[in-house]
Amino acid sequence: MTRDDIKDLILEIIKDIDEDADFETLQADQPLRDQLDLDSMDFLDIVMELRKRHKLQIPEGDYPQLASLSSCVNYLEPLLKNV
Amino acid sequence: MPLSLDKAADHYDVIVIGSGLGGLTTAKRLAYCGHKVLLLEFHHQLGGLATWFKRKGHIFDISLHGFPYGMVKTCKKYWTKEITESIVQLKNIVFDNPQFSLKTTFDRLDFTNLLTQKFKISQAIIDSFFATVAGMNFYDDQTMTTRELFEKFFPGRSDVHRLLMEPITYANGSTLDDPAITYGIVFSNFMNKGVFTFEGGTDRLIEMMTYDLEKNGVTICTRAKVERIIVEKGKVRGVEVNGRVISAPAVVSNSGITNTIFDLAPRDAFSDEFLAKADAIRVNNSSCQVYIGLKQECEIEDKGDLLFTSTAPVFDSSELLDMHTRSKTFSVYYPKTRPGHDRYTIVASMNSHYDNWNSLTPAAYETEKQALIDRTLVDLNRYFPGVNDKIDWLEAATPKTFNRYTLHTRGTSFGTKFEGLAVSRSLFKEVAGLFHVGSVGIIMSGWLGAINYGVIVANDVDAYIRSA
Repeated sequence: MTRDDIKDLILEIIKDIDEDADFETLQADQPLRDQLDLDSMDFLDIVMELRKRHKLQIPEGDYPQLASLSSCVNYLEPLLKNV
Repeated sequence: MPLSLDKAADHYDVIVIGSGLGGLTTAKRLAYCGHKVLLLEFHHQLGGLATWFKRKGHIFDISLHGFPYGMVKTCKKYWTKEITESIVQLKNIVFDNPQFSLKTTFDRLDFTNLLTQKFKISQAIIDSFFATVAGMNFYDDQTMTTRELFEKFFPGRSDVHRLLMEPITYANGSTLDDPAITYGIVFSNFMNKGVFTFEGGTDRLIEMMTYDLEKNGVTICTRAKVERIIVEKGKVRGVEVNGRVISAPAVVSNSGITNTIFDLAPRDAFSDEFLAKADAIRVNNSSCQVYIGLKQECEIEDKGDLLFTSTAPVFDSSELLDMHTRSKTFSVYYPKTRPGHDRYTIVASMNSHYDNWNSLTPAAYETEKQALIDRTLVDLNRYFPGVNDKIDWLEAATPKTFNRYTLHTRGTSFGTKFEGLAVSRSLFKEVAGLFHVGSVGIIMSGWLGAINYGVIVANDVDAYIRSA
């Protein structure tokens, strides 16, 4: 997956969680939580979807790496390079 | 429709023991993730403490008293659109005690108005209090108690403490001496938008959940009592249920955490260190309830949906737990609560200690139960004068009743105190493949807490099964 593919994947998962999520003004390097009204349960949903769709196991200690869209892409890029 | 146990297969990916809202949600999430799930319930009805019973044309809800708005998002994400659309607000929350009487929508805006105008607290203090409780996380410092939190913001104001604490004591069994975070997290959830209920009642919710579970391929068996969890060489192998062994690499117990460790799993499966932590778990208090049904042709005026009443001069956590407490809530179910059903029912709830009731002789138990009903009627007549003539069903439940139907240690209706959460969360690190979901730590209780915890645990189980 390219960085753009990963970005689209994350946004698609967030859209499933909250169909009203507005990505127009989303700043990639700012926390998703503040911009999209996501709570800790929503981040758990993202982790579960990544496991379901791509068999990715993300340890609890790595959850903070999913904070912003940029950090998600940075973290997932090596894990999804062969997908 | 749930099946009888002889219809179950011999092997599953995961077995869920118990069908409280946590167990139901874990089962649903794991089936959604593609696993083959067996759900076992000892009772003939699903729901755990989210339950109901029918008498003489009445349907009595046991634990449908009001939950936070967060249920909307949670049900939308983890259950169905139909379930979400049945969540409606309870707008009339009443407080009546010797210190104050008021009606509120129980949200931040209304509470701010009440605190400034009626209780004369400054806006700055209120804002600071709300900001403090809203910022609380379960992993935060636990040394501050709720009593200390209240004294910090509203020193000496026992009336304000009562307004803030009384509903939460009924919601999660916490006291002024529990960690402030167990108060703040739950209080903030309610203050978000107020108190909500499920239109159509608990029976309709559980029916909708059952349908959804079956649609997702979960095998559900009722009257199936798990006798033991089988552990071999540090790993879960399955369960023995009604004398039959069913194997699975993962077992999720929605039985109480203390029941799971001390009654279901073999003791030698745990380290001494872990058992010491489990031994130290304090289960929360139980409840007493009085169920009141009105005759078919009788109506009562709308005096509010949820009434927090007390004749005790000041709020005191131990007074609320006294066997003869003068404090109780009335949940009033008008016909609007159950469209198509024209009956009025009222459920009075009190917090209570199991030991006080369990130590009575059979004769004394019956006498105390009748006295409980009599006291409740005296209190109820203050709000609905002459209601006695309209009643055609009266029945009481005590902590012993809660114990009989849920099997929970000492009939706890709010799970465990705070330390239970860490033990529940670390169970699968102690015995591979064994998980717990259910009311623990005060914060993971109530309908919303139980469902969300079900999702959290399903994530752990899914990760475990996929890595095995």
